[in-house]
Parts: sequence; structure tokens; C-alpha cells
Amino acid sequence: MDGNYSFRKNLSAFFIEIGELTGFAGRFFQELFSRPFEFREFLRQSYNMGNKSMLLVGVTGFILGLVFTLQSRPTLMEFGAVSWMPSMISISIVREIGPVVIALILAGRIGSGIGAELGSMKVTEQIDAMEVSGTNPFKFLVVTRILATTLMIPILVILGDFIALLGSALVENLKGNVSFTLYFNQVFNTLEFSDLFPATIKTFFFGFAIGLVGCFKGYNSKKGTAGVGKASNSAVVFTSMLLFIIDFIAVFITDIFYP
Amino acid sequence: MKEETKNTVINIQDLHKGFGENKVLNGFNLQLLEGENLVLMGKSGSGKSVMIKCLVGLMEPDSGKVEVLGREISTMKRQELDELRADIGFLFQGSALYDSMTVRENLEFPLRRHTHKFDLENTDELVLEALNNVGLPHTINMMPAELSGGMQRRVALARALILKPKIIFYDEPTTGLDPITAKEIILLMLDIQKKYKTSSLIITHDVDCARVISNRMILLLDGINYAEGSFEELSASKDPKVMAFFK
Ligand SMILES: Nc1ncnc2c1ncn2[C@@H]1O[C@H](COP(=O)(O)OP(=O)(O)O)[C@@H](O)[C@H]1O
Ligand SMILES: [Mg+2]
Repeated sequence: MDGNYSFRKNLSAFFIEIGELTGFAGRFFQELFSRPFEFREFLRQSYNMGNKSMLLVGVTGFILGLVFTLQSRPTLMEFGAVSWMPSMISISIVREIGPVVIALILAGRIGSGIGAELGSMKVTEQIDAMEVSGTNPFKFLVVTRILATTLMIPILVILGDFIALLGSALVENLKGNVSFTLYFNQVFNTLEFSDLFPATIKTFFFGFAIGLVGCFKGYNSKKGTAGVGKASNSAVVFTSMLLFIIDFIAVFITDIFYP
Repeated sequence: MKEETKNTVINIQDLHKGFGENKVLNGFNLQLLEGENLVLMGKSGSGKSVMIKCLVGLMEPDSGKVEVLGREISTMKRQELDELRADIGFLFQGSALYDSMTVRENLEFPLRRHTHKFDLENTDELVLEALNNVGLPHTINMMPAELSGGMQRRVALARALILKPKIIFYDEPTTGLDPITAKEIILLMLDIQKKYKTSSLIITHDVDCARVISNRMILLLDGINYAEGSFEELSASKDPKVMAFFK
């Protein structure tokens, strides 16, 4: 009984949250098109995000490609299909695993960072201070960050995909005597527009979701340092779930257009 | 009375503000006269910050009149509000320095934002002047995290003053500081008052601060202006609720 009650309460809290998040997104689009645009702050945020996450994305991508290839080798060998490795790896990395894994990692890195930063700015009245200094804090802090994640996450995913393929090529080079040139020739022969295009579009939505939820949680953070921790933590949890939902919808739509 | 010859710069009448069930202000009144140091005292959580936020449009009152420099806040558009805010300095409770920016950038922020009031050619001069006023010119390239609490409060004060405001709001300027630093901040506030002839509204529950700085005081209790008068008058009061403030 009790569990059932708490489940229902959680469920309704979830839908209320979705409603508020939608309102927040609506305000983003409204303020996005009103002047002035805070271009300097947007560039600063984009640069910081790229700079802070590049190494993480590189390491994760490399290991991902390496491990994935090592794990697939025995099965492909069994079927005598090991020469298909570059095709198989590149399709799965580019279409699915790369975007999802990198976006999840970045939700932890960038999304929680935004949640904590805006949360502490809110709690220490820095956001109020901005407002009385003749600045619209929503435009200055929120719009710039959401745009920056929307732009940077796709770029970082592409970088991560590429490094993952490098990792995979390294394994093939060492274990299967496949040269890097041969490996990447086969990759580029395999990948088609219908693999790259939907995958890239998807990552813009991933980026938007990461920025949106991080800002939403931080901007509405409750008083006290506990509120800041909660903002940052729930930003990651909520975003991760949202990423899978977006991924599901994206795959569904892609399947309609490129069956 | 001689006060009547002075202009009223702030006029709050019958202000109501609540958060759901929690009715914080229930018909609060306040007038701030030009050039005066008005101290508002009230217990923690009594709605002092809420009141001051209604004054600068950071919160919307449920009902009542809030006039600043002769203009009703609730009817103003965003741009008009921004112009008005350039005439108001605000010292926040916890200093509220932007922690991702240097001291210089903190002070430049209001200058760059209120461009209608200043041109951007001489920001360096203004930043240095403001920092000299609070005795901290050497901190200009430091980050807020590198400063002590007292220094942060001074930098915040410099930031509040940089636009040469007509009115300054101090939200608990000495809270969280040791007594000696608190006294320094109070003296600094008095200096600034003399130098720039600002009108100030000072929120505090520090009796020493109130004694030194106030021309007049208001006690906020149960959401209303419970008692008003000079420090001497109020501290001599026989009302137990008033006496509780001066223990
Ligand atoms: N944004 C808010 N949402 C809900 N309640 C608030 C908010 N801001 C203040 N309050 C409530 O209003 C009351 C007065 O708060 P405040 O003005 O900050 O007190 P103080 O007099 O110590 O400055 C408190 O009970 C506080 O919980
Ligand atoms: Mg307060």
C-alpha cells in the first residue's frame, strides 16, 4: 500500500516536473529571439565546455572503441567475418553507442556543472545581483548555456566517435594486421548519409536536453548548500533518463525515414 | 515638522506579500527621506529581505504601493526598471560577488550593463575609485574566493557604489563578520554617506550598527511596521516586544 502510494506520488511529481521543464523551455525560446544576444558569454561558455570535456571525451571514446572491438573479435572470428569489423564497429559507434555514451558522460560533466554553478549563484543571490545590475539573468546565464551545450555536445560527440574508431583501428592493426588506411577506407565506404545525418541531429537534441535540465535544476534550486547538491545531482539523473527517451524517439523516427 | 521639507525617495504603503500559506508582510508601511539613514530591524525570517526585494522589483508584491524615486515599481516595464535600478545600490546579505569573475570584472559588470548611464571609456578609473573608497585597490585582479569575508563585503560595497546611486539598500551589512570588521564596514558606510549624500535603507539586527548609523528606525514585527522612532526613543521603550530587540 505504502509503496504504491509513494510510487503514485513520484509519478505525479515527475509529470509536474515535465510541465515546469516545458515552461522553462518555452521561456528559453521566447528570450532567445529578444535582443540583446549575449554573444561574448555564449562564446566563453562554449569554449569552457569544450576545453573542460575534451580530454574526458577522448579517453572515454578511445577505451570504448578499443574494448568494443576486442569484445567483438571472437564472435566475428567464429563466423569468419572478422574483415567486417570496421563496418560493424563504425555503424554501431556512429549511429548509437558513440552519441549515447558520450552524451551520458557529458551529462555528468557539463549538466551537473551547470546545475551546481547556477544553483550556487541562485542561493548566494548572485542571480539577483545580476538582475539589479540591469542584466536579464535568464538571457545571460540560461540562454547562453543552453545554446552552448546544443552546439558543443554534437562537436564533442563527433570527436569522441572519431577517437573511438581510432581505438578500434589500433586493435585491428595489432591483432589483425589491418593497416589504418585500410581500416578507415572501409569505414568511409560503409558509412552513409543515412547513418551520419540522423545521428548528428540526435546529438543536437541531446545537447539541448543537457543544457536545459542543468539550467532548470540550478535556476530553480532551493536555499542552502543541500539545495545546490540536489540541483546538480538531479540534473544528471533527470538528463540521463531524458537522453534515453530522446534516443528512443530518434531511432523510431529514423526507422521511418530510412527503413 | 522639519522632515516634511525633505523629499520622500521611497514610499511603501500597505504592502502585502506571502508565499502560499506563509503570509510574510501584512500591510507594511515605510517612507525613506532624502539623505537619511533609515534602519529596519526585525528578527531573522521576518521578511526584511522580502521587503527590500519588492523595492527593486526582484519580487512582486501581492498588493500595496511601492514607489521608488516617485515611480510605482509594479507598473514599470523591464527597461524602465533597469534605468531606475541604475540609481539604486544594493549590498546583498552574503556579498553576492560573482565567483567566476575577478574583482575588476565584478565591478565592471554594472558599468557595462547600465550603458545608458556611463560610457565604457573610463571604466578603469571608476573601478579604481570605487576600490579606493573601500581601501582595497590591490585586490583588483583577485578572485572573490581569495578574499576574506570582510574584504568580500567591502568589494561588494564598492560594486554597489560604482554607479553613484541615489539610494543604497544594505541587507544585513555586518552579518557573518567579526565585531572589528563589522565596525570597519559601519564606518565605511558612514564615510560613503557623507561623501555621496546617498539615502540609505539599512537592514540589520545588529544593535551596535543601528545605534551608530541610524537617523531613524523601524521595527518589523508580524509583517507590519510595529514601531518607529529614533534609536534613543525605541531603546527606551517600555513595550516588551520592542525591548526584546535591544537585549
Ligand atoms: N522565494 C521564496 N519562496 C518562498 N518563501 C520565501 C522566499 N523568500 C523568502 N521566503 C520566506 O519569507 C520569509 C521571510 O524571509 P526573509 O525576508 O528572507 O527573512 P529575513 O527577514 O531574515 O531577511 C521566510 O519565512 C522565508 O522562508
Ligand atoms: Mg534577509
